[in-house]
Amino acid sequence: MKLELRGITKKFGSLVANDHIDLTVEAGEIHCLLGENGAGKSTLMNVLYGLYQADEGEIALDGRVQHFDGPGDAMRAGIGMVHQHFMLIPVFTVAENVMLGHEQTKGLGRLDLPAARAKVREISERFGFDVDPDALVDDLPVGVQQRVEIIKALSRDARVLVFDEPTAVLTPQETDELMGIMRQLKESGASIVFITHKLREVREVADRITVIRLGKVVGEAAPTASNAELASLMVGRAVELTVHKEEPKLGDEALTVEHLSVVDPIGQLVVNDVSFSVRRGEVLAVAGVQGNGQTELTEALVGLQPRVQGTVRLDGEDITKNSVRRILDAGVGFVPEDRKEDGLVGEFSVAENLILDRAEGAPFVKAFNVQRGLLAEFARDKVREFDIRTPGIDTLAGRLSGGNQQKVVLARELSRDLRLLVAAQPTRGVDVGSIEFIHKRIIETRDEGVPVVVVSTELDEVTALADRIMVMYRGRVVGIVPGDTPRDVLGLMMAGEAPPSASAPTPEGAVA
Amino acid sequence: MTAPTQHHATTSSPGLDTTVVVSWKAPIAFAVVTVLLAILFIASPHAGDATFRLSTGSDLIQLPELVLNGIVATWIGVALLAAVTVASAALVRAKRRVPLWLLVVFAVIALMAFLTWAAAGARTPVIPMPGLLAGALSLSVPLIFGALCGVISERVGVINIAIEGQLLAGAFTSAVIASVIGQGILGPIIGQVAGLTAAAVAGVLVAFVLAAFSIKYFVDQVIVGVVLNVLVIGLTSFLFSQVLAPNASLLNSPPRLERLPIPLLSEIPLIGPMFFRQTIIVYLMYLIVALVYFGLFHTKWGLRLRSVGEHPTAADTVGINVARTRFWNVSLAGAIAGLGGAFFTLGAVGAFGKEMTAGAGFIALAAVIFGQWDPIKATLAALLFGFASNLQNTLSVMGSPVPSEFMLMLPYVVTILAVAGFVGKVRGPAAAGKPYIKS
Amino acid sequence: MSNANDPDVALQTGTAVPPDEPVREREPEVEPPSRWHEAFRRVTTGNAIISVLAVLLALIVGAIMIAFTDERVQAASAYFFARPGDTFVAIWDAVGGAYAAFFQGSIYNFRRDDFISGIRPLTETLKFSAPLIAAGLGVGLAFRVGMFNIGGRGQMLLAAAGAGWVAFSFDLPWGLHMIVAVIVGLLAGALWAGIAGLLKARTGAHEVIVTIMLNYVALYLVSWMLRTPGLLQAPGSNNPKTPPMKDTAIFPDLLPGPQLNLHFGFLLSIGAVFLVWWILDRSSLGFKFRAVGLNPNAARVAGINVKSMYVYAMLISGALVGLAGVHQVLGTVTTGFSSGIDAGIGFDAITVALLGRSTPFGILAAGLLFGAFKAGGFSMQAAEGVPIDIVLVVQSLIVLFIAAPPLVRAIFRLPQPGAKPKSKRTRTPRKEEVAAK
Repeated sequence: MKLELRGITKKFGSLVANDHIDLTVEAGEIHCLLGENGAGKSTLMNVLYGLYQADEGEIALDGRVQHFDGPGDAMRAGIGMVHQHFMLIPVFTVAENVMLGHEQTKGLGRLDLPAARAKVREISERFGFDVDPDALVDDLPVGVQQRVEIIKALSRDARVLVFDEPTAVLTPQETDELMGIMRQLKESGASIVFITHKLREVREVADRITVIRLGKVVGEAAPTASNAELASLMVGRAVELTVHKEEPKLGDEALTVEHLSVVDPIGQLVVNDVSFSVRRGEVLAVAGVQGNGQTELTEALVGLQPRVQGTVRLDGEDITKNSVRRILDAGVGFVPEDRKEDGLVGEFSVAENLILDRAEGAPFVKAFNVQRGLLAEFARDKVREFDIRTPGIDTLAGRLSGGNQQKVVLARELSRDLRLLVAAQPTRGVDVGSIEFIHKRIIETRDEGVPVVVVSTELDEVTALADRIMVMYRGRVVGIVPGDTPRDVLGLMMAGEAPPSASAPTPEGAVA
Repeated sequence: MTAPTQHHATTSSPGLDTTVVVSWKAPIAFAVVTVLLAILFIASPHAGDATFRLSTGSDLIQLPELVLNGIVATWIGVALLAAVTVASAALVRAKRRVPLWLLVVFAVIALMAFLTWAAAGARTPVIPMPGLLAGALSLSVPLIFGALCGVISERVGVINIAIEGQLLAGAFTSAVIASVIGQGILGPIIGQVAGLTAAAVAGVLVAFVLAAFSIKYFVDQVIVGVVLNVLVIGLTSFLFSQVLAPNASLLNSPPRLERLPIPLLSEIPLIGPMFFRQTIIVYLMYLIVALVYFGLFHTKWGLRLRSVGEHPTAADTVGINVARTRFWNVSLAGAIAGLGGAFFTLGAVGAFGKEMTAGAGFIALAAVIFGQWDPIKATLAALLFGFASNLQNTLSVMGSPVPSEFMLMLPYVVTILAVAGFVGKVRGPAAAGKPYIKS
Repeated sequence: MSNANDPDVALQTGTAVPPDEPVREREPEVEPPSRWHEAFRRVTTGNAIISVLAVLLALIVGAIMIAFTDERVQAASAYFFARPGDTFVAIWDAVGGAYAAFFQGSIYNFRRDDFISGIRPLTETLKFSAPLIAAGLGVGLAFRVGMFNIGGRGQMLLAAAGAGWVAFSFDLPWGLHMIVAVIVGLLAGALWAGIAGLLKARTGAHEVIVTIMLNYVALYLVSWMLRTPGLLQAPGSNNPKTPPMKDTAIFPDLLPGPQLNLHFGFLLSIGAVFLVWWILDRSSLGFKFRAVGLNPNAARVAGINVKSMYVYAMLISGALVGLAGVHQVLGTVTTGFSSGIDAGIGFDAITVALLGRSTPFGILAAGLLFGAFKAGGFSMQAAEGVPIDIVLVVQSLIVLFIAAPPLVRAIFRLPQPGAKPKSKRTRTPRKEEVAAK
């Protein structure tokens, strides 16, 4: 089925998320939609899927203009979508999820579960999926859940399939398998829209590529286009980011983690027997695909995880079982991964957020009273020092841009006397200017002799900051390697393959 | 039970090692109850005999009376409870779950031991089981209607604190309509039917307000529910004092529903009188319980309803209109609660009185939670709560030394224990209480 | 750097908004911990005009109810088409009479000759508002910490039982007796609410359910104590009622004259307003309270012990609600009380807190308004035979209207803020901000 989007425009208030976008996908074609996050890809697809109504423009299938009031209309027209965040009901079985919305029934509105199971099995077999129709979705690994999403779309005879960032949650192997599935689908005559920002995947499967930036189509390309071409189209500026840093001046071992394991509520070891140490004046970067235990590791370091085994020692003192309060008071700075959820109180002012973790004792609290004068002075200082772009210190933090929010968090954490800094995804969702600033401050902190642990899923950030790199995979440490380890080696390690010269998890000799 | 809320934690994604998280809550709760009962029996031993009367005089089949000695029977009970406790502890030590049936066994033994003890110390140590059970069912009827209302609306994602208000609105409306129509030329039967219908409509009207405010205006559902209760209490009390009380014979004398014993079934010993010598509204209730259960778990309606309550965005993406689904199902739930309200006026009391529901809506809410959002389990919970409050009546008639207030507290206490996780695993519909704000 | 030819890697750090940004998708659902806060925000973002219009609307509904149920109006409407004027006169008489009685019962009674008895209604208003303010503060404070305390009834009953027990069974000097009674009452209320706080902190039990259930547990507990000799029952009596409070424990009157019943408890409530203001707006505890209420996750990460905050907040909330119970036994009903002593204030407090937008001074204003409703309602019932229950209707309508500003705007045809041409799918402001990235 041929899909045409003609002049789609979608505005949210003053923001133009899609600006007259044209896109044509032929039958039996994999069409890649390439662009940064926030470029408007997902908005466009939500318009296509009937979740948003376009302000202007039209959608045509095989030349016929369509009008979608909701996803139901889009599905009936033959459009299927594999959402980035799976649209599956966790407590339903696979068959129930697949039938939901277009249930086959027997008399009295009874669900025809056998028919749904048969459908799941039939599609599973056709594409070589191994999916049990009676399994609860909640119990399935993400890779299988994604297949359920695909089965869901195919069971509705979708002829246009949209994959929205499907590889974000997959391991490299699962990604390869998904590529195979996409090719199979294409051969069966489906039109496929593949949304991604990863060039390697694009070049591997795409027949055609459309690049969008800031809500506009900025160009079309063939998969033979060079990376540099695609990249510059996509970002619109030079893609280079280096942090100027000296060789580290290593001090003593400050943070020592031994046999650390974190158990989640259903008993999975999300961090599994991890041991490492960080010296004063050193940045240890933790690399890995999202969801391989890095988040839980950082949370365990600051006492946020309830079920922890093993030991964490800071300057020789065992802090494993200490409360968050005591760990922070011991001089641990923590930049959480999800700043909106964990780092800031959006409806607190900038000033209040700057002392969020110092609301006890001197200097900001005397005789149970928050010292408002002192706080205002402190806040103005920090706003200046960290170049936080805000109308004032009483502005609500939630109103600031991502980069400025992150600077508030960083300013708060760095304004204490630190013995350890733990920064998780410090530049996620942050503009380029702020990224540079944040990287600079992290390196400065290192140079002051503070041990630093940075977690990042972005290899470039890892290599820019790291003195040593620890790669995690499925809760375990794959290896700890020098900061200048080649990226293809790191990439393999992120897929769980031990490096050729696997080093023991000790710092000695690891720093190049 | 095929309730989908049961979560199998045993399987997990391959690749991650797992360890078993065990919960000691059940054995601890068992041990606490056992010890408390033992303390009670030591502190205040009742040496007399307790007589369980299993038949009434008018029954076709007469069962013999069961006589238990207060001391012997209670201590056998405690021993059994201790055994169950040890068994559950052994299960947990072996990293296995404590099954639901063990909980039921424990509860029944504890109840029997307690009953024997209470009766043995009473002035008239005879427990009329048929009366106890039939009365329990009567008290449970509005609770069951209310609980089914709660199950449906929470399963579709709207927390319903307004069950009390819906019951009350149903009681009021059915009394007025049944009185007016039943005394007219149409006769009492039509009056009763009109009263039942009006009760359902009244429940729906209250539900409309709940649905409109929580679904259209995204007002917090708990707030709307709480305020609606106050509103309905205010409205019905105002109208009662202002209009009904001065015209009681015209407006507040509904024809009461007759008991309709079902032939044969009503002669089954013990359970026959309980289940099959009831009014039409009770038989209607059996039907509704079965329909709700069947509907929720075996039909398209139920699948969609539950999907909206669990993950509205996902339901939306497969073309289900979340707001509409919620709106109509909350209304349907209101109709059920309204019918339950009619039981107060047409079934039990025979006239409307101020605030006559007296917290039944909240016990129904408790039954929803204690019954883990499952229609059958919630019905059983409502029956248990009805049993507890009728037990209190029976015990006070027998002159038992147990203060009746403590029996009346029971539903609320066990619900607190349930939400605190000491009894069973409580996990409600994931999206209940959250407005679905469509982009 | 080596390996710059890996395309993904090369791109990712350069992007303005790096990938895998999870924030966007987490937005559509309101996060569970901030639900109350969402509700709170909704209530607070309405402006003053909405509050005024809500009160007006509710009063109009009240008027309609009075008109429709009035016997004179019914009589006149029987011959409406013959003499429609009679019906309107009857409506005017009924509604006008009721609301005049309402005013004379709550503010100033012009029918009295001297000022003292003329102003008596105002002091009645203040008297009725005192427990409403205290309990409203309790509910409002819990709200600010992200919790919904529906357990006002139970906490008031326990507090009344505690304070009353001290007040009628002990012999202590004047002043000291009152202080001890107040403290015991506050402690009882605090502990009863603390159960809900503790269960929430320890087991995650939802405080809404727990507090509702505790209301009934308290009711039966106090009922039992009231009919058990040696506990709360008056000696030699068979009624479930306590003996009268001793004079040494009763709140002293603030104003001279036997007609004016305004007692010391009102000052306690005003003091509580300032105390809660200080706690929430000035103290470090309040800072942590508000942080937990607005974003419990961030508060936890910032080392704030969220669980203890829940417990402390419920303790303070329960003490404030308990103060309302103490008012009842030491100020309002000093001749002994029964299990209806809470007089529905526990639920009224929720409406007070919502109308007052959970701020201390807002609650003060809302408490005064609802106090006036109560005083006026009683006078309306006495003078015009309009049942007091109408106050419940008006109160609950006010809260419903305030909670849904779009409804009020629609009724008065005010412009909806942020209305866009395609209003069918308008986005909430919160999402716009996200999309703007």
